[in-house]
Amino acid sequence: MDKLVVKDIHKKYGSHEVLKGVSLSAKAGDVISIIGSSGSGKSTFLRCINFLEQPSAGTIEVSGEVINTVADKQGNLKAADAKQLQKMRTKLAMVFQHFNLWSHMTVLENIIEGPIHVLGLSKDEAVGRARKYLEKVGLQNSEDKYPAHLSGGQQQRVAIARALAMEPEVMLFDEPTSALDPELVGEVLKVMQKLAEEGRTMVVVTHEMGFARNVSNHVIFLHQGKIEEEGKPSEVFDNTRSERLKQFLSGSLK
Amino acid sequence: MFLYGYGPLLWAGTKLTIVLALFSMLVAFLIGLLGAGAKLSNNPVLRWGSTAYTTIIRGIPDLVLMLLLFYSGQIWLNHLTEWMHVAQINIDPFTAGVITIGFIYGAYFTETFRGAFLSVPKGQLEAGFAYGMSHWQVFHRVLFPQMMRFALPGIGNNWQVLLKSTALVSIIGLADVVKLSSDAGKATFHMFFFTLMAGVIYLLLTTLSNVILMKLEQKYSVGVRGADL
Repeated sequence: MDKLVVKDIHKKYGSHEVLKGVSLSAKAGDVISIIGSSGSGKSTFLRCINFLEQPSAGTIEVSGEVINTVADKQGNLKAADAKQLQKMRTKLAMVFQHFNLWSHMTVLENIIEGPIHVLGLSKDEAVGRARKYLEKVGLQNSEDKYPAHLSGGQQQRVAIARALAMEPEVMLFDEPTSALDPELVGEVLKVMQKLAEEGRTMVVVTHEMGFARNVSNHVIFLHQGKIEEEGKPSEVFDNTRSERLKQFLSGSLK
Repeated sequence: MFLYGYGPLLWAGTKLTIVLALFSMLVAFLIGLLGAGAKLSNNPVLRWGSTAYTTIIRGIPDLVLMLLLFYSGQIWLNHLTEWMHVAQINIDPFTAGVITIGFIYGAYFTETFRGAFLSVPKGQLEAGFAYGMSHWQVFHRVLFPQMMRFALPGIGNNWQVLLKSTALVSIIGLADVVKLSSDAGKATFHMFFFTLMAGVIYLLLTTLSNVILMKLEQKYSVGVRGADL
């Protein structure tokens, strides 16, 4: 069974259509990279998957369960059932470009927040989980620090541990290394590669062509709100068919 | 004799002033949260209503509002009870004071909280929603604690002005510090001395408030890196 099936997502801002029917499906263990120039709609697409943006049309299915939607006054879709949406979001942990760690909580508090208050775990259980995942991202000694006292790379690794602690079906990464200094990108990518090797299902919006090529098993190239080309990394990168992707790759590999 | 024997009376007045200020503060705080929520909502009726409220209240002197609300409030209530053929309800001065001051300062708190809500980065809330939190959880686990850091300086200001403006309730017959110290002054012919005492009591209260506010600011600034100058 597919973990995540997203069908025909459209997104309009007024009369401007930024997504013109984008679909994706992820089986367990798939690592899907979404690439494209800025303005191609790739982040918007990712944010539509967990309804941080309201799509104008399309369906989203997580672990076989379709999210019920209704159209609001502006013609955008919103979840018909708030409880179903919340439950679905716990299965789709997101890692943000700007980390978005809760700044008033320590590293440990950030990680146990969702498991305790959303999943209903006991504090002991949640702390156990948090320590396990902090170790996985290599930050076992930072649990009492506040996000402001960590480097960007460390903050993003904490954010990944926070996502892992939800034990989600699918992890969504929204340009996880774009806000980092170049020398900090590697530590985050290494953690993500480890997760991919463990067989976690991931959808990653990224500018890191090395990651897309070497770690993911499927690459989607978005251009002006449509899928211009997709396939295995070897096909997409080495036997590029679309002119636009060729241009994009020659620009980004300079 | 110390305070010419009026010590216990002044203390009673001080207690009333404190309790009145605290209750009014509570009302103003809650109105402020609701008002800020209304001002920032997508609903035009709520936005319009809350804007009218803050514009009118902040544009009219406290004293005028207090007289309006206290006297006309009772008259309107009398009309209402008469019309409904039920017994007259008398608003006691304490409740009237709390409602009036709370209602006035609610407008100032609305503005304080509106600014504070806007200062919390949107990503902090998005992270809450993305992890499956309900709107209420996002509010009380993320938005409120982060908003308080931005709101506290304004809250401190509002509280001090509110505390001092409770002096106005003496005109609607409440036995607060001002009323009782002026009674004591008249009885002993030491008007200046007792008025000075009233001033000293307010100064003590506001100074104490400052200490508490400083502690609160520390509590809500956790996780924030200070600027190094």
